[in-house]
Amino acid sequence: MSNILSFTDEQAMILDSAREFCREKSPVSAVRELLSSETAFSRQTWDEMVALGWPSLAIPEAYGGAGLGFGSIVPIAESMGRALLSTPLFSTTLAAQAILRAGQNAHKEYWLPQLAAGTAATVALLDGGDWGATSTSCAAARDGDSITLSGEKWFVADAGVAAAFVVWCELDGGSALVLVESDMLAADAIQPHAMLDETKRAAKLNLEGVTVPAANLLDAANADGVLRDLQLLGALLVAAEATGSTGACLDTVVDYLKTRKQFGKLIGSYQALKHPTVDILCDLDAARSLIYHAATLLDAAEAGAELDQDTEIACRMAKAQAVEALTFAGDRAVQFHGGMGFTYECDAQLYIRRAQYSQQQFGDAWHHRKRLAGLLLDSAA
Amino acid sequence: MNSAVDAPSQSELDDFRAQVSAWLKDNKPADPGFLLPQTFMEVGSDQQLDFLREWQHKLWSAGYLGMAWPKEYGGQGVPAIYQVIADAEMRRVGVPIAFNVIGLGWAGPLILHRGSDEEKQKYLKNILSAEDIWCQGFSEPDHGSDLGNVQTRAVRDGDDYVINGTKIWTTMGNYAKYMILLARTNPEAERKYDGLSFFLSPMQVDGVDPRPIQKLTGEYGFTETFFTDARIPASCLMGEEGEGWKIAMQTLQYERGAEAGAAGGLMQVRVVIDDVIECLKGVTRDGKPLLEDPVIRDELVKLMIEEKAHSLSGRRAGIPALTSDYPFSLNLSGKLRSSEYARRMRKFAVAAQGGHGGLYVGDDDALDAGFWQRAYLNNFSTTIGGGTSQIQANIVGEHVLGLPK
Ligand SMILES: Cc1cc2nc3c(=O)[nH]c(=O)nc-3n(C[C@H](O)[C@H](O)[C@H](O)COP(=O)(O)OP(=O)(O)OC[C@H]3O[C@@H](n4cnc5c(N)ncnc54)[C@H](O)[C@@H]3O)c2cc1C
Repeated sequence: MSNILSFTDEQAMILDSAREFCREKSPVSAVRELLSSETAFSRQTWDEMVALGWPSLAIPEAYGGAGLGFGSIVPIAESMGRALLSTPLFSTTLAAQAILRAGQNAHKEYWLPQLAAGTAATVALLDGGDWGATSTSCAAARDGDSITLSGEKWFVADAGVAAAFVVWCELDGGSALVLVESDMLAADAIQPHAMLDETKRAAKLNLEGVTVPAANLLDAANADGVLRDLQLLGALLVAAEATGSTGACLDTVVDYLKTRKQFGKLIGSYQALKHPTVDILCDLDAARSLIYHAATLLDAAEAGAELDQDTEIACRMAKAQAVEALTFAGDRAVQFHGGMGFTYECDAQLYIRRAQYSQQQFGDAWHHRKRLAGLLLDSAA
Repeated sequence: MNSAVDAPSQSELDDFRAQVSAWLKDNKPADPGFLLPQTFMEVGSDQQLDFLREWQHKLWSAGYLGMAWPKEYGGQGVPAIYQVIADAEMRRVGVPIAFNVIGLGWAGPLILHRGSDEEKQKYLKNILSAEDIWCQGFSEPDHGSDLGNVQTRAVRDGDDYVINGTKIWTTMGNYAKYMILLARTNPEAERKYDGLSFFLSPMQVDGVDPRPIQKLTGEYGFTETFFTDARIPASCLMGEEGEGWKIAMQTLQYERGAEAGAAGGLMQVRVVIDDVIECLKGVTRDGKPLLEDPVIRDELVKLMIEEKAHSLSGRRAGIPALTSDYPFSLNLSGKLRSSEYARRMRKFAVAAQGGHGGLYVGDDDALDAGFWQRAYLNNFSTTIGGGTSQIQANIVGEHVLGLPK
């Protein structure tokens, strides 16, 4: 197993400017203003992110991208998580990866430059709450030059703003990925979920009777492999984002422990609070090392190449650790604020909600550890 | 080999690695037929002592110990990277520990960094060669975590100091020639810390009486050390009177791995999660291999993630851009994280064995000859010694996160 972790000056610059950008654009006041908005992000901020080239980073130069490794998105995702800044960046990045990994040249030439330039897109994978599902009830049937879909997709992130959806469906008895454009959907096809994490948006997508040109079928040769890789990349993005959120949550806890007094003493002097806070720090440190390890491995890989076993292990470890860290941090953040922690006004609620949402996204900690067990223990047995 | 000024080239380092690796393989001692200590806190018999002393001497004679220390003091005067490579090879080849750790790891660097030339001449080479074993006299029966409160007295009398009091948990106290001793020279000082002084104190003098204490494993390894009107030369004082606390804190920085300068050599036998897996391979549960049990698998994978993260954090600690939020976090939490991880890993290794978990060293049926049971018990030396985990958590909370005392 490889144990590499490196960080170039270029990545350090990305991290620096991303941290600065997110801090400036997404103070908690801005986060809170967006909680009840329709899209949960500011169009202007998204446009600026596009102008900075963030959606284009991991898209090859040949298709209008910056041609950097997928790992270059990790410092950005971490910075966004730290500021609880949500935009369609992750959805769009994953859709681009799906097209890059599964599409024919025509798909890449048509779509990737658009996504690099800020057209939002997303992936529609689940049709229930099971990230471990090995089949989907969403079916595709060929019909001459077109394909007709049936069924629905759940938990489709940023569905309301996506111009295109990469949909996992069953075709000819196997997995397939089909590109559905938003104007092919029925008017009421997108039904928003009520979200635990109010900084996020996701929806149910009704695909019943939707017809798309056969040309929208992405090359299905290894659809299951691409699906696995998409889930791993998604897991890593969420891990990086959760790591950033854990850092911010820790700061929130530390601030309170340094200012709130009871029994004539700052509450941070009580070890019942101090020591678990140190545990948060140590969990955070572990998560941070793991996400940048995964980033290092991904940067060493060729764009769009199938992820190797070391990278799979790294992404799964990063996800398992990062969401465990954040769920612990969010949970303690509420408790350590006392009655204040029970209020909507206290920022702890933002983190505890984010925590449980991140836990679910692209598989929870048990999901990944179960697969790690197969990878790490069965080969050794 | 290169001089200290020029950075060695990769090919020089590769050559060195091959050379040290070959030497270690040729010279790795055969299994002596008795239990070898995993850490320096487990040296409990003369047999073990003689064996480890001979090994360390051999390692040093071959030039693989104290490589970054100056030549005039028994070192090699080469860049520290050579010792890093030698240590990595020792770990890989699996040779015994370099047991004189209090000398090699903390008294040595301390003397090197702030000792007088005379002190360096007198002590350093014999630390490396294992001629002089060192011990540490900090803790007392009534003052352990509250180290600043130690009460052992040192009273100046002409050219001597006269020492009275009791130190305890003195690792290798009965084998040591010297002790780094923290004692009170001024009981009237306003702050308790300011009354302390630091001594490089001889053990073989009248009035010093180290009495072995049996450890929870039933073995020996540390002593209660009684001082009764023990006279030591005044020249044993390091620095000035009243500087004891400062010097002790510097020593603890070496001990907790937060500051570099150690002579090198294996401080402890490395035990990793793969060793646990290896041990558990033959164990069954519910009639099936234990390693197929989903609950056990989840526990194992948690430990594997933690172990991997620790090792990656070691790398991340060297990347300033990735440590800027809490720059001291990884260094100051290192002892806490690694000792607590080791404890939980060993606890699991015993608990998962089924009925075998209840056996101990000496039972022919014990898995890995009872290694894990003993290793689990012994591991508390790292979560208690050198400042307990609770004290480490205070330090991290206060010095890294800025939480109030
Ligand atoms: C194997 C071994 C080898 C050792 N070798 C040496 C040696 O060579 N030289 C030497 O000088 N010492 C040595 N020690 C001693 C070691 O440094 C002390 O045992 C340690 O500092 C704890 O002190 P104590 O034993 O007095 O425990 P106490 O300080 O009495 O602690 C008892 C419990 O209270 C907790 N506690 C105490 N204060 C606080 C606090 N402020 N906040 C939260 N919890 C607290 C502790 O964590 C512990 O759980 C050794 C110890 C061991 C186990």
